[in-house]
Amino acid sequence: MSRDSSSPAPGEPGARPGRTVRPPSPPRRGPRFGALVDSGLMLQGGVQGSSPLLRLFTRWVRRPLLPMMRLWRRNIQLKVVVTTLLMSLGVVLLLGFVVMSSVSNGLLKAKVNAAQSQADGGFRAAQEQANTAHQPTGQGGDAADGPTAQNAAVWLSELAEQLASGGQNAFYVVTLSSSASDSGSVRGPRASGGVDPIQSVPVDLRDRVDGGSLAYQSNTRIDFIDHRESQPGLVIGKQLSDLNGDSYQLYYLFPLTQEEESMNLVRGTLATAGLFVVVLLGAIAWLVVRQVVTPVRMAAGIAERLSAGRLQERMKVTGEDDIARLGEAFNKMASNLQLKIQQLEELSRMQRRFVSDVSHELRTPLTTVRMAADVIHEARVDFDPVTARSAELLADQLDRFESLLADLLEISRFDAGAAALEAEPIDLREVVRRVVGGAEPLAERKGTHIRVVGDQQPVVAEADARRVERVLRNLVVNAVEHGDGKDVVVRLAAAGGAVAVAVRDYGVGLKPGEATRVFSRFWRADPARARTTGGTGLGLSIALEDARLHGGWLQAWGEPGGGSQFRLTLPRTADEPLRGSPIPLEPDDSRRHRGLGGAGLPLAGGTKRATVPHQAPPDRVPPPVPAKAPIAPRLARAAALDVDPTALPGSGARVVPRQAWEESGAERAPGEGSESGADVENGSYGEADSPTGAVAAAEAVESMRADADADSAAPLSTDAAADSDTPNSTDASADSDVRTGADAGAGREEEASRGR
Amino acid sequence: MKGRVLVVDDDTALAEMLGIVLRGEGFEPSFVADGDKALAAFREAKPDLVLLDLMLPGRDGIEVCRLIRAESGVPIVMLTAKSDTVDVVVGLESGADDYIVKPFKPKELVARIRARLRRSEEPAPEQLAIGDLVIDVAGHSVKRDGQSIALTPLEFDLLVALARKPWQVFTREVLLEQVWGYRHAADTRLVNVHVQRLRSKVERDPERPEIVVTVRGVGYKAGPS
Repeated sequence: MSRDSSSPAPGEPGARPGRTVRPPSPPRRGPRFGALVDSGLMLQGGVQGSSPLLRLFTRWVRRPLLPMMRLWRRNIQLKVVVTTLLMSLGVVLLLGFVVMSSVSNGLLKAKVNAAQSQADGGFRAAQEQANTAHQPTGQGGDAADGPTAQNAAVWLSELAEQLASGGQNAFYVVTLSSSASDSGSVRGPRASGGVDPIQSVPVDLRDRVDGGSLAYQSNTRIDFIDHRESQPGLVIGKQLSDLNGDSYQLYYLFPLTQEEESMNLVRGTLATAGLFVVVLLGAIAWLVVRQVVTPVRMAAGIAERLSAGRLQERMKVTGEDDIARLGEAFNKMASNLQLKIQQLEELSRMQRRFVSDVSHELRTPLTTVRMAADVIHEARVDFDPVTARSAELLADQLDRFESLLADLLEISRFDAGAAALEAEPIDLREVVRRVVGGAEPLAERKGTHIRVVGDQQPVVAEADARRVERVLRNLVVNAVEHGDGKDVVVRLAAAGGAVAVAVRDYGVGLKPGEATRVFSRFWRADPARARTTGGTGLGLSIALEDARLHGGWLQAWGEPGGGSQFRLTLPRTADEPLRGSPIPLEPDDSRRHRGLGGAGLPLAGGTKRATVPHQAPPDRVPPPVPAKAPIAPRLARAAALDVDPTALPGSGARVVPRQAWEESGAERAPGEGSESGADVENGSYGEADSPTGAVAAAEAVESMRADADADSAAPLSTDAAADSDTPNSTDASADSDVRTGADAGAGREEEASRGR
Repeated sequence: MKGRVLVVDDDTALAEMLGIVLRGEGFEPSFVADGDKALAAFREAKPDLVLLDLMLPGRDGIEVCRLIRAESGVPIVMLTAKSDTVDVVVGLESGADDYIVKPFKPKELVARIRARLRRSEEPAPEQLAIGDLVIDVAGHSVKRDGQSIALTPLEFDLLVALARKPWQVFTREVLLEQVWGYRHAADTRLVNVHVQRLRSKVERDPERPEIVVTVRGVGYKAGPS
């Protein structure tokens, strides 16, 4: 979040959203504030700064709403209830509006009619009075103008009083001078009943009355001079002429207090009713939705429990409605599931039982045969050569048959999930000592010396001694058998929460891709040369299963002709997840770490890479790398195929390829000194394992092998090398192909079957 | 050294082959094929060692083992086709001293039989103390406060091995070699089960052992006396 909010506005292209960009203080509000300032500056500068500002604003507004939105998204009940509330509110408002307008129409119409007739009568009376009063004064009008004006004023006042007196406060009368005529002081506004004449008559009505000769009406508020509360009212006005023939305005004001009270009552009632209706509708929606949602939620909960393995969970079903049908269907599904799982479990049990029985049934006669064979074998000196040899073969092959049977049973036990870990704290040095002791006779026959490194301190881990010993025996025996009589190094280490044993040999090594395949059942490196060594082909598979059972890793690394290293990593305590291994998977003395090309060539600096027939330097120890074929220099770039150690959940069998840009970049630097330095750092604990392309992607294996076969015939050409030198060539398989070609050239001849 | 060996096995071919091998090694084998008749045959033959198949018609091997153990401390070696931990541990807990997984080599079998019979050779008079126990090696008795505790010969050997070197921590492998007589460590489950059984007899509180003490990550040693 902070990354987003502190990201610079567009227009700051160079600035990465990192810590350095942010203002150092204040700590919390800082980034956002800074961004605001930034975008503000952007705005002033005239660059399009509004979009980040807007974005920022929306984000700022949205943030506190997020939990609510989440609730909204997740809670269907809330959704339905709120929707119901809103919609019913709308309906009620609409209804209220309609009802209110019709009621007010009905109430007011009568009043307005009455008022209009009243006002009409008043206007007529006023005009008549003016006409009658006009006759006498009309004759003497010339004589005295002043008294006439005086008279007109008095007359108007009297008129107003007179007109109002008939109403008993049911209406008020106001006279105003016509604004068109000159307004003498005598023509001041007059009003009955203490009404404020100016305030009570709206200006626009006065204008209209002024302009026409008809009666006009309008709604108004009636104000009083004597601080009485103003009342709502209807005003009707008309322009009349007074006794002098001058025009004036006469207004009737009808208070509408009663009507308004009725309206208020109706409005209040409607509002209360509406509120009730809305709330009740909401409650009803809540109840109804609950009826539907509760079983759905129950189903969801039970489905979760089912998936967690509690297969006997069922929904409660009542009635026969759709929800009940859902429940029934759900329960049927659950019981079918349970049945199937039980069947499978039963099958698995039967399978296990079968394996166990077969084992017993097979083993008893095998024991008899074995003993008989041994007795015959003991007595073979008395036989003729053919029978004696047959006796030997019989005994030997019985051994093999036995170990094969044992391995098969062990594998089937793993497959059936019947393997149980008996972990207790053991010192791996003891185990290693026993294993090495056991392998000594074989090593002597092969002329191999087994060295143990790192056994000064105890290496204690919670593990199953029997299984660990089996794994290590397998690794050590394999290393001796495939080590070409060269040294085998067993390395022990403990660090962090992990212990590791690595078995290193300097034999034929592994081709790219083989590091993952050695763990496959019955896998042999070269099918044509299989069965030269006596293994069952299941040893490493069992070892891998043993490692997995411990929550550990068993991984392989190897380079053609450069030997291989198998590493067993175990967690120190049984329930601890592994994060790394104390020993790097690729040994320090691998070709790459010694700064050598794949074929033992020192890496050439610069871009000058040519096809050079080459002999390995003889002074390289440990064992010199044989290079019999002309080969292209190994390109460091080809090692870009890397393995992420954290992507190895249990074993080397699931190796995930990854382009390691940094590493490849470092390696492309000319000169071998800097390169080996970097790699030594990688080798330190912290699990920067960097197996080369030798531990390649399993997916790429097939194509690589194919290419290796094709390329091994001819030396690699220069253009292939130049191609892989381009850092932008991200195609992993292309790189690997080049490399494989070189490897095949180097190691193909020495490649022997590795039937592990 | 002559030894009478009772072979309890329902597989006649295997029994016959065992007979051939055992006679070849100078033992006197006798045979019984039925679990129900095993106890009677045991009483009749009075063998120095019993070879017992786990899967038998009638009473199974576990039951037979328990019955024999109830009346005799004679060494019992189980023959089992199952190497699963559960099967092995159940067999050992029922009182067997050792087990051997089919298919086995005749030499291996004979070695184990000899190892089990060897201990009956005369030991030198020796008094040992472990915890509050007094062990008379020659008299083959273990006493606490004058009360003797009944142990099978194997359990006795185990206790004596620990008591002879109270300063030493014995790994399971060393114990296997010393008590069971194995050259190469085969199976430490044997040691675990027998230590449990020994504890249940000699410890005051088997949950908090004071005589046979576990040294985490290494093995066992004798408790302070």
